[in-house]
Amino acid sequence: MQTILEALTYNRAGQRVVSPDYLLFEAPRTKHFMTGSEAVKETGKKASVDASVSYPITPQSEAAHLIGELWVEGYVGVYFRGESEFGVMSEIAGCAMAGARTITTTSGPGTLRAFENFPMWAGTRIPVQLVLMARGVNSPLSIQPDNLEVGFLLDTGCMIWYAENAQDLFNMILAGFMVAEQPDVHVPVITVVDGFFVSHTREAIMLPPDDIALPPYNPYKAPMPVIDAEVPPGRFLRDPFVMKSNYISYATHASWQWEVRSAIERSRPYAKHYLRGLIEEFGDPTAELVFVACGTAAAQAKEAVRLLEEEGIKARVVKLKTIRPFPIEELKQAVKDAKYIFVPEFNVVGWLEREVRRYLYGVSEAEIIGAPRVAGGMTMPAEVIVKEVLKLTGKEVKHVL
Amino acid sequence: MTRRRVNVRMPALGGQGAVTAAHIIATAADYEGYYAVSNPFFGAEKRMAPAESYARIGMEPIYDRGEVVYPDVIMVFHPQVITMGKSYTMPFYSGIKRKGLIIINTEEDLLTEEDKERLEGIEVKVFNFPATRFAIDIAGTELSTNMAMIGALFGAIGAVGLEAIEEGIKSRFLKKFVASGGTASLDSALERKFKKKLELIEKNLNTAKAAYELAQRWSQEQGLEPFLPPPPKKVTV
Repeated sequence: MQTILEALTYNRAGQRVVSPDYLLFEAPRTKHFMTGSEAVKETGKKASVDASVSYPITPQSEAAHLIGELWVEGYVGVYFRGESEFGVMSEIAGCAMAGARTITTTSGPGTLRAFENFPMWAGTRIPVQLVLMARGVNSPLSIQPDNLEVGFLLDTGCMIWYAENAQDLFNMILAGFMVAEQPDVHVPVITVVDGFFVSHTREAIMLPPDDIALPPYNPYKAPMPVIDAEVPPGRFLRDPFVMKSNYISYATHASWQWEVRSAIERSRPYAKHYLRGLIEEFGDPTAELVFVACGTAAAQAKEAVRLLEEEGIKARVVKLKTIRPFPIEELKQAVKDAKYIFVPEFNVVGWLEREVRRYLYGVSEAEIIGAPRVAGGMTMPAEVIVKEVLKLTGKEVKHVL
Repeated sequence: MTRRRVNVRMPALGGQGAVTAAHIIATAADYEGYYAVSNPFFGAEKRMAPAESYARIGMEPIYDRGEVVYPDVIMVFHPQVITMGKSYTMPFYSGIKRKGLIIINTEEDLLTEEDKERLEGIEVKVFNFPATRFAIDIAGTELSTNMAMIGALFGAIGAVGLEAIEEGIKSRFLKKFVASGGTASLDSALERKFKKKLELIEKNLNTAKAAYELAQRWSQEQGLEPFLPPPPKKVTV
């Protein structure tokens, strides 16, 4: 049975509703030159967004501000400023529970302040989209790019995707809504980019026209009813029976936790379709030296592949577009002939190296090297990656003066 | 020496418009048909404190981002970058590549004998150029210093022409204004603002153009070759 929402020809903003496939893959695109923050605005313009809540924190403030401009221009239904990041993430949950398509943004300390909400979002099964512009969270203070916070988010029950540049981010946000809103998925999606390296970098991006948009969210297809205090999720919040200490409450909690993670697993086929695969490969496919990376680390590794080619060393990059779900089979296949796997990262702990080791344990005989690793806002020049590789071969480093 | 990429580092002081300059440089290079990316480096910047931004221009898609550690060109926006060490790197030319170029906004020679020796040793050319003086003389305001620096860069490296520079400047100051206002519905207040804006753009363009021509002559005198081959024309992402 077709609902009224599905029969819509035009959305609230007066844009023509088109299929997600048409918007993502078929619509003619023209070249623009803009920052990653501006790309967030462009996505919001084409996503039939119902609600957004914002709070300023560097480096996501500009993106949040630009979503506000979309509201002024009539593209976003509801927009307001929360009283803190915790407030924002709670209020956006309220909007989503009421049946709205929602998007919000945060960074670093903002993520941590809002943290309690992320597993709550997942447990409540709301398809909120959070655009996370990663920045340092350690003390001493850093407002610069560092993605330690992503390591903290891995097991919140939210999908975690990682975009490399403005173009990736634009496509991923649109795809994110489509995947997160599938009735058999219906969990939040956190779309990550590195702060400044993407948010403040201006580059070429191909965009579809402004007069078309995604179909609006249809909350009546959600696996749980739109907010209702007598049934889940409303009932969970009002009178949580899991607060009682008895075996059935523990079992309920445990099974629901499993269900949330299963939902992420069920997102694989949709994510594969809308992202055109969970990984992207770059460089010589026969190379035995492989960089496994995401975001800016993948971008820098691509530059390193070019420099290594000049040194006569074959290398390639396996860029992970999704971290949750982790592209397990894709990675195994991509590194089956690898001898050395480097995992370059923008954080001190090496959370991606841990993930790579975990999933390749007993599968790959390649040596896994968690380097180079930079943090606190440091840049990772391609020359530094090359230096790390050349250490292995005992070769001189020519690029560094 | 054939390059495939020109990486530009712009040490400046907060308020001088180095971030704007990087954006205009990348936009102009993109318009010319090169691949280009710009990004600022942000701390809690404030007026007169060190600030830095970067532009990368190349013949193939550019993945690289973040600070330019090994620049082909360094544009010093303010003498204090050198005289007071208001720079993220020390010395300010650290990491510069062989046969690179340094453009310094100064009315006098600021380099020590040691600096000169080191730079000559790796065949780096230094162009002392009074950009602020230029901005005051032509635009009537020191705020156009960044425009003079943009003109000087492109005049010296010989890869991006005046039409593209004009496009870069216009797209920075004009595009958003027109897009949000809607030309038909401009009220008188907006019209006045618009007129003022056009005058400002005109002044900026004149400053950039004069600097471009001066730097072009300097570059010819020095026997510099264009830093990049002609643009690969059709840019696809």
